[in-house]
Amino acid sequence: MKLPDKKGYFGVFGGKFVPETLMSLLDELTKVYYSLAKDKNFKKEFEFYLKEYAGRPTNLYFAKRLSQHFKNLKIYLKREDLLHTGAHKINNTLGQILVAKKMGKTRIIAETGAGQHGVATATVCALMGLKCEIYMGSEDIERQSLNVYRMNLLGAKVIPVESGSKTLKDAMNEAIRDWVTNVNNTFYLIGSVAGPHPYPVMVRDFQSVIGKEARAQFMKKEGRLPDALVACVGGGSNSMGLFHQFFNDKSVKMIGVEAAGFGLNSKKHAATLKRGSIGVLHGSKENILQTADGQIEIAHSIAAGLDYPGVGPEHSYYQSIKRAEYVSVTDNEALEGLKLLSETEGIIPALESSHAIAYLNKLSRKVKGKKSVIVCLSGRGDKDVSTIKEII
Amino acid sequence: MKNRIENKFQELKKNKAKAFIAFITAGFPNLSATEKLIYALDSAGADIIELGVPFSDPLADGPTIQSASYLALKNGTNLKKIFEVVKKARAKTEVPIALMTYYNPVFHYGEELFIRDCVKCGVDGVIIPDLPPEEATTLISLARKNNIATVFFVSPTTSVKRMRFAAQKATGFIYYVSTTGVTGERRNLAKNIFDNVRKIKQLTHKPVCVGFGISNSSQAKEILKVADGVIVGSAIIKKIAENKTCPNLNEKVKKFVFTFKKEIK
Repeated sequence: MKLPDKKGYFGVFGGKFVPETLMSLLDELTKVYYSLAKDKNFKKEFEFYLKEYAGRPTNLYFAKRLSQHFKNLKIYLKREDLLHTGAHKINNTLGQILVAKKMGKTRIIAETGAGQHGVATATVCALMGLKCEIYMGSEDIERQSLNVYRMNLLGAKVIPVESGSKTLKDAMNEAIRDWVTNVNNTFYLIGSVAGPHPYPVMVRDFQSVIGKEARAQFMKKEGRLPDALVACVGGGSNSMGLFHQFFNDKSVKMIGVEAAGFGLNSKKHAATLKRGSIGVLHGSKENILQTADGQIEIAHSIAAGLDYPGVGPEHSYYQSIKRAEYVSVTDNEALEGLKLLSETEGIIPALESSHAIAYLNKLSRKVKGKKSVIVCLSGRGDKDVSTIKEII
Repeated sequence: MKNRIENKFQELKKNKAKAFIAFITAGFPNLSATEKLIYALDSAGADIIELGVPFSDPLADGPTIQSASYLALKNGTNLKKIFEVVKKARAKTEVPIALMTYYNPVFHYGEELFIRDCVKCGVDGVIIPDLPPEEATTLISLARKNNIATVFFVSPTTSVKRMRFAAQKATGFIYYVSTTGVTGERRNLAKNIFDNVRKIKQLTHKPVCVGFGISNSSQAKEILKVADGVIVGSAIIKKIAENKTCPNLNEKVKKFVFTFKKEIK
């Protein structure tokens, strides 16, 4: 069975919960996207930019000293941090900007949390000569001032969002309000496998290059499939990008690592899959953090890119059918992960990706015998240095 | 028993009159004020009252209703308490009341329980801007069985095919969104309102009411040349916000509604 179904559902998750003004546009986008997905020229153009501009394929790097540290894990890092702009986000923005151009849209808007998606969007807009406006929570602007400056350098306008929690979810609300208003000329470039259909499937497809490459690279190096995949989950685009290609490889365990913030019982976390419940946020039915009255709760994570009270519907589906397992690590554990990778491999990971690294510690204690693992190193830590400096 | 919203439109049609629909956010400035505002709006001649159930992430709303929702939530307003207010108000008024909210609070409450409480407390209809008819199958079937109206939207970007679909699924009335964008007052009316409302009326006999951005009585009068009703929200909320500590709040709101009623009769 191919998912999502015609209505954009992965099991009971997904769908299109948006104001009527956006419905015709989403229908058009769905039609355009599905036809482009089959179009050889579009595929060629997308692959050209991934290779020549973003720097694909990324290495699948055997982390020898990190593996030695754990003894029972053979760890490979999928080096998305080496891509242009420093994270996997560029895979998706290149794909969507090409779709936007085919649809004749002249103005691009996006939301951003950590700023990585904002930078990746501003980058492709500069590349294609399109007008770009990025919504960003004012709290995130403070946490990620370097990325704000980057977006400005790239010619984008960063619009501070002061409503609600002043983070990613509110930036997304504000972007949707803009979209509803300027629907005729504006393309909303969503940064994760979230939002209304067809965004979750479109973003997943553009990010699937991670898993496609990793699978082939691992086969070439090891002559077999890995035992496990580990990736952090906020909205869930790097993890879905890695996981999706392994869906039918039943022997491969998929582990998504959510942000436990100050701890799962602290009420200050972003563990939507572990601790959330089914609901509707930003256009799709998925696991969300909500109060007893169905109001959206404010998420917390030290990693701005994981600080989101929802998660892509396909992850909710993977969890519901037990295809993937979702775990969590705290802010402090993530910082330990960051230090560990920096000191053992000379690679400073983004705070988001540090969650995946940190989980290896727990995994190592859990597994029997020696296991091989691919970890998605979704981004580099340069953007986080000032945040980390304040804490460590 | 017939639905109060449908009854109201029949009565208006008989009298060759148009509907003035007033929106207020429940719990703004507080829930006891909401109850009194229902009576005030009723006595000022509002034909239908839309009661906004506040949501933390109101993505179809502009700043005015956003901040009213925010304050209402801070006051501890929730669906259960709003149902109690409507139930209480039903002892004193037969004005048709529709709840307007986002889908998540309803979904989380449980659609079956939600509709049951609508019936129990005297709510006549539901309006959910982020629930297009194709996602509303369950809610529609529950609402039909219980004689609760489900209002759906048509907007300037809606194709004729979708207009037909919305017209077929909507009961009570069809909500035409005057412009692309969020709720909030606008100085000028979009030019295509008239054509689009006429187009919808060719497809259905159901009443078509226009909302979003209507801030004064002359705009309302203009729109009612083609539409069966107008919905005014942000402008009323603004009035309430300006006078929320004033002991004459209800009188001020009443007076504001009168200015509309005078023009559109």
